[in-house]
Amino acid sequence: MHEPYHEWLRREGRIVVVGASLAGLRAAETLRAEGFAGSLTMIGDEPHPPYDRPPLSKAVLLGRAAPDRTELPRRREIDADWRLGVAAIGLDLAGRRVRLADGGEVPYDRLLIATGVRARPWPDEDEARLDGVFVLRTRGDAVRLHRRLKASPRRVFVIGAGFTGSEIASACRQQGLAVTVAERADAPLVGALGSVVGAVAADLHREGGVDLRTNVQVTALEGDRVGRVRAAHLSDGSVVETDVVVVALGAVRNTEWLAGSGLAAGPRGVACDAGCRAFDVRGIVTDDVFVAGDVARSPHPLFGYQFLSLEHWGNAVAQAEVAAHNMISGSSDRRPHLWVPAFWSSQFGVNIKSIGVPSMGTEIMITQGSLAERRFVGVYGHQGRVIAAVSFDNTRWLDFYQRLIETGAPFPVEFTTVDRRPEGRRPVPAAFPDPSLPTHGPTVTVSGYAPSDRRLVFTPARP
Amino acid sequence: MRIVVDLNRCQGYAQCAFLAPEVFTLHGEESLVYAPWAGDEHREKVARAVAACPVRAITADGLDADEERPAPAGREA
Repeated sequence: MHEPYHEWLRREGRIVVVGASLAGLRAAETLRAEGFAGSLTMIGDEPHPPYDRPPLSKAVLLGRAAPDRTELPRRREIDADWRLGVAAIGLDLAGRRVRLADGGEVPYDRLLIATGVRARPWPDEDEARLDGVFVLRTRGDAVRLHRRLKASPRRVFVIGAGFTGSEIASACRQQGLAVTVAERADAPLVGALGSVVGAVAADLHREGGVDLRTNVQVTALEGDRVGRVRAAHLSDGSVVETDVVVVALGAVRNTEWLAGSGLAAGPRGVACDAGCRAFDVRGIVTDDVFVAGDVARSPHPLFGYQFLSLEHWGNAVAQAEVAAHNMISGSSDRRPHLWVPAFWSSQFGVNIKSIGVPSMGTEIMITQGSLAERRFVGVYGHQGRVIAAVSFDNTRWLDFYQRLIETGAPFPVEFTTVDRRPEGRRPVPAAFPDPSLPTHGPTVTVSGYAPSDRRLVFTPARP
Repeated sequence: MRIVVDLNRCQGYAQCAFLAPEVFTLHGEESLVYAPWAGDEHREKVARAVAACPVRAITADGLDADEERPAPAGREA
């Protein structure tokens, strides 16, 4: 049974979901599945019903799917008022209203913020506007890039070898296109997985026929007289002629519309508690505004109660389900969001999966298989505990490693495993780049104060 | 029909690739690539793939494996 307020809320409350993508849709379905009978409004800045993004850099570029046919299947009818193609531009916390770009306002009793992230654009606006320069995040991006790639460009130049950049490079090579990848770090995927695993990724690129340039930055994109991109200039002085440039420099969180609202929202996302309730700027948790998906950052007990921002498909689903449940439940019925971070990537025919937070690891051990065979499991350690694992073509073992992470198993790991090799008996430095440098890719951002850490000093503002 | 596969859950058993090869294929040894949209003529095959998936990772319109699936151990609080 629910107390009178939540009884009323479930029966005739007004719930507004801002963000009509994976998290927003799954939250709406969960609300209805749990018996919410009030009004539901779905607000999305894109004109499309919720669609799935991972295929845009995989199946679509491989020619296995049309870029405009990745709409998400529905788990159930949600009977919502859809406001698509209209961005939310403001939030009135006290008046419980969302302001829309078309001048409208939508009142709510419960609000879910699921506005996600967008592709980080190329920083030079004039160069970013050149014909042939793309990002890949939305359906519109995919339609444009797909059309250009089908027109047989002479070379595709990918800026950034995170997961998205690597998947694009892989798919383009498989379509027989010439590909150059420029990466600021010493190997692909180092921000997410460290240099030990990054070295394997570099081999995959090079064996796949990619012209991989590491430890370089792109200093300029050059256009021709009619405004088409014709070359990329690199920090080592080299120039690469190209007619397609894909900027894959990670993502920016969509929180600008919350500026001045009084919510604790900023470039790192919208802070919320483990029950998905948003914090306001005073550090007080709200009771009517919830957050889920890529835009959320929330504390996780497995990782020292630090705030995690997860650009992960599975997190969007799991967090949306928890947020939806908590939105219509009294405090004693609420659940914490304790999802163990997990993601996958498919590139150069290899299935890469990770669980936990690899970038918190200081050391890595290869506990199964071998790096040389590109078929292995690597375990990351942090302060004597197992904190994460990564697999290359070895996904069936990851559940085992998830339990090690959940139970804080000791690191270095002592047990014997199937296919354990002599070289995997000792940990080596995982070799992550300086965390203060920008990285990219669908990974984890750890931010905020960990009680076990003494790196931060709290300095109150003086009047 | 719209299709999505939870690739965190997918472990490359490839039952779907045998049952509905027009929709599901393996890319390399265990990496699944699927068509997120399939015509109704594939409905029966996709239904078999949804039912046969050992880890119940496939969701398609009207064929949601998630509905009856118990939560996997350790993933819930």
